[in-house]
Amino acid sequence: MKGIITVLGKDKVGIIAKVCTYLAEHNLNILDISQTIVQDYFNMMMIVDISAPSKSFEEIVLDLQHVGEDIGVEIKLQHEDIFNIMHRI
Amino acid sequence: MISRGEVQETNQMISEMNLDVRTITMGISLMDCAHTDLRVFNQNVYDKITRSAEKLVKTGEELERQFGVPIVNKRISVTPISIAAGAVHTDSYVPVAQILDKAAKEVGVNFIGGFSALVQKGCTKGDRILIDSIPEALAVTERVCSSVNVGSSRSGINMDAVKLMGDIIIQTAERTKDRDSIGCAKLVVFCNAVEDNPFMAGAFHGVGERELVINVGVSGPGVIKRALEEVKGQDFETLCETIKRTAFKVTRVGQLVAQEASKRLGVPFGIIDLSLAPTPLIGDSIAEIFQVMGLEEAGAPGTTAALAILNDNVKKGGVMASSYVGGLSGAFIPVSEDHGMIQAVQRGALTLEKLEAMTCVCSVGLDMIAIPGSTSKETISGIIADEAAIGMVNNKTTAVRVIPVIGKEVGEMVEFGGLLGYAPVMAVNPFNCAGFVNRGGRIPAPIHSFKN
Repeated sequence: MKGIITVLGKDKVGIIAKVCTYLAEHNLNILDISQTIVQDYFNMMMIVDISAPSKSFEEIVLDLQHVGEDIGVEIKLQHEDIFNIMHRI
Repeated sequence: MISRGEVQETNQMISEMNLDVRTITMGISLMDCAHTDLRVFNQNVYDKITRSAEKLVKTGEELERQFGVPIVNKRISVTPISIAAGAVHTDSYVPVAQILDKAAKEVGVNFIGGFSALVQKGCTKGDRILIDSIPEALAVTERVCSSVNVGSSRSGINMDAVKLMGDIIIQTAERTKDRDSIGCAKLVVFCNAVEDNPFMAGAFHGVGERELVINVGVSGPGVIKRALEEVKGQDFETLCETIKRTAFKVTRVGQLVAQEASKRLGVPFGIIDLSLAPTPLIGDSIAEIFQVMGLEEAGAPGTTAALAILNDNVKKGGVMASSYVGGLSGAFIPVSEDHGMIQAVQRGALTLEKLEAMTCVCSVGLDMIAIPGSTSKETISGIIADEAAIGMVNNKTTAVRVIPVIGKEVGEMVEFGGLLGYAPVMAVNPFNCAGFVNRGGRIPAPIHSFKN
């Protein structure tokens, strides 16, 4: 089972570090990561393995939201199915 | 592997274009609640609903978080009460409506549909008790929705019921006149009502349905509008193709949520209703789609054709996205729930007659239209008869949900609040139709019903 994390917001030091620290603490393995900065705006997408998390999916969604609020960016975690079903027949 | 562009597109649809799953509706059969004693029947109904739908709202919220897509409403539809309560020794079903309201509040759903009767060919004792109970039931409850089916392509139109419903609508308006006659916003009169519609106020759990079922209504006028902005000025083929592609994506989200909800609740999946249902929010409007298609306002010449295109292509795109499509499936054109339609009425672009023409090609009918409180019951019956005739002859569902707002006249504003929105009172043709609707009896089944 995979989850897609998206991070959007004004660029600053330590965004990736904060997110990755959280993921490591909760046993979520990063499978893919890509990132760009457009006009000072940080835009990152991560694909993570959520097969063996230490918390429920819903709790991680909320935790990541809070991590985002702390550093002033928007962090979302969504189950990959919503993207697969919309863009793949 | 999913690309960043695809992730961005989906999330933009959700955050900027109001893509959502409009409703997860659990259908619950009340057939096994039958009893002659009203108190026992009510207890059976309450227990069955609260037991079956205990986890509905929680599951909906979990799915919202898992997929990051809003699921706006969680609702319940039940067996038409005129059938479920048929054996009860009573002369009023108002206490049943109160129990439905209580059960809805207990499980946390915002509407419960099925205070209904199917009388297209005639009324049983239970049907008559139900219809007579509607005005009080809708005044003393908050979340109960009611519907009455008065006609079908198979059996014609029950004009006695049409006449009766004109009176019932006025009574319902009177009973709730201190709240802009809001009772009528929860009452639909149908022709060709469907048994698996997840949308309110017309949802009920049909007698051909199973014990419990999950039906899902998707929406997304904003997403279609944005997609059409990209192809402004291009030909009709491009227009249709764009609607189809977009409707496909929107419906897939509904299919995913429906499957997952069904799995988690242990309740079989019924259908996806591919409807474009607007809300009063800017950017979530059917009328705005017409504008992007090239019409100055909803109601301008060309509106019926534009709606026909929209309705047809939403279906064409949606049927491939889901294994089971049902319900009403098409574009809804409620006036009070669509700020673009409201604006069109205020500017004089959209009239009741144009709306009637539009109902020939949309998914339902005259929906959420405020009319003067002084409108006679015969005129309302005449409006219902016209809509039912359109449905009967064209083999489609049609409905009337008009609100005669007691104490208000043409041009005044009415505020229903929340998803029900606000509306200007619209003019009704003042000429009399009493001699026609008071004849009594039935309109026979149309010739094309003889298909056997």
